[in-house]
Amino acid sequence: MPILQGEGVTKYFGGLAAVSHVDFHVDQGEIAGMIGPNGAGKTTLFNLISGALVLKSGVIRFKGEKITGLKPHQICRMGVARTFQSIKVFANMPVLENVLLGSLFGTPTGMSSADAAREATGLLEFLGLSAVRATPAKDLTLANQKRLEVARALATKPELLLLDELMAGLNPTETAQAMELVTRIRDKGITIFMIEHVMKAIMGVCDRIVVLHHGEKIAEGTPQEIATSKTVIEVYLGE
Amino acid sequence: MDIARVTSKKSFLLGLLGLILVLLATLPLYAAGYTPILMTSIFVYIILSVSWTLFSGPTGYMSLATAAFFGIGIYTAAILGKSVPLPIFIVAGGLASFIIALLVGALTLRLRGIYFAIFTFGLVMLIPQLLVFWELHIAGIRGRFVTVIHYNTIYYAMLGIFVVLMLAAYFIKRSKFGLALQSIGENEEAAAHTGINVTMVKVITFAVSAFFIVAAGATIATRWTYIDPYIAFNPLFSFMPVLMAIFGGMGQLYGPVIGAVIFAYLQEKLITQFPELYMLIFGVVLVAAILYMPNGLVGLVQKLWKRSSGGQHANTSR
Amino acid sequence: MMVTILDIVIGGLLMGGIYALIAMGLSLQYGVARVLNIAHGEFIMLGAFATWALYTAFGINPLISLVIVGPLIFIIGFLLHRTLFRSLLKSSPSLPAFEGSSLLATFGLLYIIQNIAIIIWSSASRGYTYLASPVNLWGAVFAANRLVTLGFAVGIGLAFYIFLARTRLGKAIRAAAQDPATAGLMGVNINQVLALCFGLGAVMAGFAGVLLSMCFPIQATMGLGYTIIAIIVVVLGGLGSIPGSFIGGFMLGIIGSVVTYIEPSLTVAAFYFIFILLLLVRPKGIMGK
Repeated sequence: MPILQGEGVTKYFGGLAAVSHVDFHVDQGEIAGMIGPNGAGKTTLFNLISGALVLKSGVIRFKGEKITGLKPHQICRMGVARTFQSIKVFANMPVLENVLLGSLFGTPTGMSSADAAREATGLLEFLGLSAVRATPAKDLTLANQKRLEVARALATKPELLLLDELMAGLNPTETAQAMELVTRIRDKGITIFMIEHVMKAIMGVCDRIVVLHHGEKIAEGTPQEIATSKTVIEVYLGE
Repeated sequence: MDIARVTSKKSFLLGLLGLILVLLATLPLYAAGYTPILMTSIFVYIILSVSWTLFSGPTGYMSLATAAFFGIGIYTAAILGKSVPLPIFIVAGGLASFIIALLVGALTLRLRGIYFAIFTFGLVMLIPQLLVFWELHIAGIRGRFVTVIHYNTIYYAMLGIFVVLMLAAYFIKRSKFGLALQSIGENEEAAAHTGINVTMVKVITFAVSAFFIVAAGATIATRWTYIDPYIAFNPLFSFMPVLMAIFGGMGQLYGPVIGAVIFAYLQEKLITQFPELYMLIFGVVLVAAILYMPNGLVGLVQKLWKRSSGGQHANTSR
Repeated sequence: MMVTILDIVIGGLLMGGIYALIAMGLSLQYGVARVLNIAHGEFIMLGAFATWALYTAFGINPLISLVIVGPLIFIIGFLLHRTLFRSLLKSSPSLPAFEGSSLLATFGLLYIIQNIAIIIWSSASRGYTYLASPVNLWGAVFAANRLVTLGFAVGIGLAFYIFLARTRLGKAIRAAAQDPATAGLMGVNINQVLALCFGLGAVMAGFAGVLLSMCFPIQATMGLGYTIIAIIVVVLGGLGSIPGSFIGGFMLGIIGSVVTYIEPSLTVAAFYFIFILLLLVRPKGIMGK
């Protein structure tokens, strides 16, 4: 059974269909990717999954349970975590506290403050942020801020992690590190669904890719299938 | 950082606070007459500004309901004061507004910031209108008389409320709840996605702040002897705490305290002889503070301190 | 019966005209310049007192005062924006932050302007009579000055609507209201437009003040009440919609007239009640985007 499933997902902004009758699924343990030109509706779809936006019609299920209509904090506690395209760290709070919040509030079952602190410290190590644990988040480099968002998301002990353009703005070295991080997270047993523009990353790391265009799903398949699909090439070259 | 220095700094501060508390507690014994009355007024403004900052500071939602809750407190004293002793009607009023604030908060804290501000201000204007109607047509009275209580009792009550508020604010700030509150102010959407029930946190904080505002109103009412809806619900009590908090600086707990002390003192000196001048100064300072001191007096002092001590400090974590 | 209905409706339209004017002014200031001007009513008060002063000291016809007071208030509003609000805009990290700090700044302005007025003119009521002769409309009787007020309010409103819709400057303003960044890219001097809109908004208030002074007594403290009504109308008509404010003003005027007929002491309460209901049920208002 897919860990995440969407049927007929639709969202309008005013008269415009941002997402239109999209069916999608993500299988447990895989790294699924979502690509598409700008404005295709990718982040909107993530917002619909995480509860940040309410959908017009359709249904989204996580582990078989309907999550449409739930609030973001409820969906988070059920095991879905995400990062944001425009970085949303807690700017004036130290790095450790950013992650600590995830451990304290986002996990499916509660945790004592001591355990939460331990978890948070461990995550900082996992992501290579131990050195900057006391630095206010706003003073971090872009790459580190992205790592911080991932650490915070992981602190909520998710089973599914939504990554929104993790590689955007990173140089080639950082991109390679990010790709490796994604694989390491999957190896921990967390399913990943990622939006990306950096083709090399998506093709190299994903098991399956979904392509959106003007709010509709136009293709779906393995990286090879997508790379050779006439529809996809037209969409990207024709833009 | 030297452990010995940290602990001795902490004990020094605690000792200082303890001394101040003792001085305040014994005030009526050595400074009779006018001083407790002045101090009571100052405490009222401290309570209003700190309560306001408690909610509006971390969440970034500007509440203008302070005058509404203050007025509710005053009216509770007027209505219950004849039959019930001071501590009870303070708590009664406080609990009632806690519930009202929960309701109001739940209804309106999902609105955009500016709508919330307008809505809360609307309450300040609406409630007295309803009360006038009630008093005119149903209760058949014009204004109310409040049972008078000795000014020393009022002083101690206000001091008590002040101390409880400061303790509450301090412990909230250091608690899990306070951390969540701070994160909401930093980025509400991210906080929600980190598992925090932002609406609940906002509403509870709003209600806690309302409790103290009402308590202050109920206590001070006994000094005014005669009240009517327009006296009790004065928009000034919504704007002043905001000015005091901004002027003092909303980053720390003591910022609003400083702002409140300065302006309450100024008010006492000017309000009888030059009320318009006082409010004019108030307006000018408010505009100047917003323009030039967005972090308030505390922020300004911190900036100057950093600059004068060479800028580089060891990175001491909280 | 018919006379009573006429009384209520026309009476409502008369106040509605004023409400429409002040609401359009506030809508301009908030919709384009993003300043929720709590001191809006103080410009009404200034317009009213200027007219009263000119009439009682020099015998100048209030309708002529429109032409004198208008530009003066425009300059005040324009300069205020260029100095105070432009500075705030630069130092604010985000739009909500700017909205919050500009709101507070206008509180400050409210206290400054109102108390200067009280110091100069005291808080006593002032007034004068002009065109007070009664006019009979199918049995309902109104003072001529109120009908003139209505005429001017509608006239100014329509003129303004045409200005927005047909002139180049008007279109620039509408563009700036929709999308300041893009408008800037397309050659619209955004800073000028913002200051202009703020000034124009103040002028609307000033005009309302001139007209009000003709019909009612005035006080230095009269402003805040009208500001609240302007806010209510703006929310009713839809935040950011000038036609919405125009229509909303007349709607609120008629509602007010009806409530006053039933129970005068509940009129203001009724306004607030509608307002609170709107915020909870349909914050977008009638024509809001």
